[in-house]
Amino acid sequence: MSDITADTAVAPPRPAGARTLAWLQNYGVYAAIAALIVVNIAITPHFLSTENLRTQLVQVAPVVIVSLGMALVIGTEGVDLSVGSVMALATALIPLYLGYGVGAAILVALVGGVAVGLVNGSLVAFVNVQPIVATLCLFVGGRGLALVLAGGRLKDVQNGTLLDLGSSSVAGIPLPVVVAGVLTVLMAGVVRRTTFGRQLVAIGGNRTASVLSGLPVRRVLLLVYVLSGLLAAVAGVLATARLQASDPSSLGLLMELSAITAVVVGGTPLTGGRVRVLGTVAGALLIQLVRATLIKHNLPDSVAQMVQAVIILGAVYAARGGTGR
Amino acid sequence: MTTGQATAETPVTQDTYALSGRDRAFGLIQRHGATAVLVLLLVVGSLSFSRFPTGENLGDIAITSSFPAMVALGMTFVIITGGIDLSVGSVFALGGVLAAYAVRWGTVAGLLVPLLVCGAIGLVQGLLIARVRLAPFIVTLAGLLGARGLLLSISHEGATTYLIPHGSVLARLGQGHLFGLGYPVYLTLALFVVGGVVLQRTGFGQAVYAIGGAEDAAALMGVPVARTKIVVYVLSGMLAGLSGTLNAARLSSGVTILGTGMELDVIAAVVIGGTLLTGGAGSVSGTIAGVLLLGVIQNLINQIGDLSSSYQQVVSGAFLAVVVVAQTYLSRARRL
Repeated sequence: MSDITADTAVAPPRPAGARTLAWLQNYGVYAAIAALIVVNIAITPHFLSTENLRTQLVQVAPVVIVSLGMALVIGTEGVDLSVGSVMALATALIPLYLGYGVGAAILVALVGGVAVGLVNGSLVAFVNVQPIVATLCLFVGGRGLALVLAGGRLKDVQNGTLLDLGSSSVAGIPLPVVVAGVLTVLMAGVVRRTTFGRQLVAIGGNRTASVLSGLPVRRVLLLVYVLSGLLAAVAGVLATARLQASDPSSLGLLMELSAITAVVVGGTPLTGGRVRVLGTVAGALLIQLVRATLIKHNLPDSVAQMVQAVIILGAVYAARGGTGR
Repeated sequence: MTTGQATAETPVTQDTYALSGRDRAFGLIQRHGATAVLVLLLVVGSLSFSRFPTGENLGDIAITSSFPAMVALGMTFVIITGGIDLSVGSVFALGGVLAAYAVRWGTVAGLLVPLLVCGAIGLVQGLLIARVRLAPFIVTLAGLLGARGLLLSISHEGATTYLIPHGSVLARLGQGHLFGLGYPVYLTLALFVVGGVVLQRTGFGQAVYAIGGAEDAAALMGVPVARTKIVVYVLSGMLAGLSGTLNAARLSSGVTILGTGMELDVIAAVVIGGTLLTGGAGSVSGTIAGVLLLGVIQNLINQIGDLSSSYQQVVSGAFLAVVVVAQTYLSRARRL
């Protein structure tokens, strides 16, 4: 388990109902995934085929990467609405700098993400703007900037090295999935093992207390938003490589909602003070599995969206009951 | 929440007269800043572009702004209670599709069905927020997905576009003109007047401010917190549905792809209008200035011509950032 809580107090014994809720809150998402996999093995033909598993994992990889950053931000009692626009910005920057080589293009795209993170983080940490408003500015402006940079057009990306990023495999596992896996392990380590991770959770738990106890609150907040921007840019680069095109008008649309959903379904409370990295990955996988299951059985997208809405509400209801609020 | 911001119970007493004067100046900027910039932009636009100050162009700005303005009116109420409604974009689109679908049963059905369904969505959201006490952000996020799903299932996954027959009463409601201004503009103005009176002059309005200022204190004073919140979300849903209905009437069809991302544009307009996202402070007059400001920016960028419309988003985003930073500094200065 890669989650830690700000309040380390030992929970008093609770009645059976509360205990069930607490269990659901902690492990419900894994149980739901297990149940869905069992159901799918039973009713979906070719579910266990390598081809299907590869497709599902490749599709979910960008969402997982963005959600990791979102989990950190939500852990500090914030939210980052600009992640979809950062993806658009990254994809718009790549074709502009491909002439200098793939490395330079990717670097510039990542720098773009870091820059957006710096603006968000400065607004939140130094100006004390509410995170939802601060990141709303770049949600609106970021995609516009991406469209201006790209001249409002879709551009084909034909650089072989870059395309390999999206289509090549390491030991049979697609590269985007490997990147998502490595980043997950890294983030779990950061949250659990580093001072930064502890400080982040402490700030989300009680910002005033963190300031009073001398934590570098502003620096940590700034870094959290920079990380979120950076991870969103990574997702943007991978998505560009997979799509073999740079399309800033549609890449990353509604990504902020998918990422927030994954984080919340994974058991990270929106009130901060807790980060569940593995839960977040599981949340993203669960939503992907639900959609894939419904689509495989010819249930329309409309049903998939309504089911997703119910899952979000159920997850938040369980989380609320578990914390006794 | 360490930034307390200016809330409903901002202390009236001040240490010195000088501070009180400065305080008033800051308050004025916060409340009327958007209006001042709007006037400035109108003057600059009129001097720079001969095609800008024509009646036709201004009427065009008025009608295109009237639809987000109705949605923003409901959003203002929601935000003043300290909540947020992310579902309005989907509900707006749903309202349009429902109106175009239901108009086959007559004009009254075409108006009532979207209002009732969208009001019901607001009711469910309000109940979940006020009674089950789930976070508004999450509930209305689920509402965004749910309403969009409902829209897709009505329109056969977006494959069917229902038309509103030309010349029908509903179509005329959306397309008709009076003194050069479309009917929806007059309706929007009327709604804002009513909204302003309700917010400033009624017990319900006072309850809305009190809840946003300090919810616990409001509950202890006997303000009907849950009921007020539910009404506010129902109101927001109905206004979004009404706006979608009239927009569909204007376009003669229920377009299924509308409204994506509208919730954030509307929130931006409300914030630019001086309503604090922390709740407890704000006005409907500021909101209409905020909506018009974004509409005028878009129109001016279209006038420049060789600039792509993407610049509008960049300018709006930058403008929002400036407003938000200014607001934060102003409200902090007022608290000192």
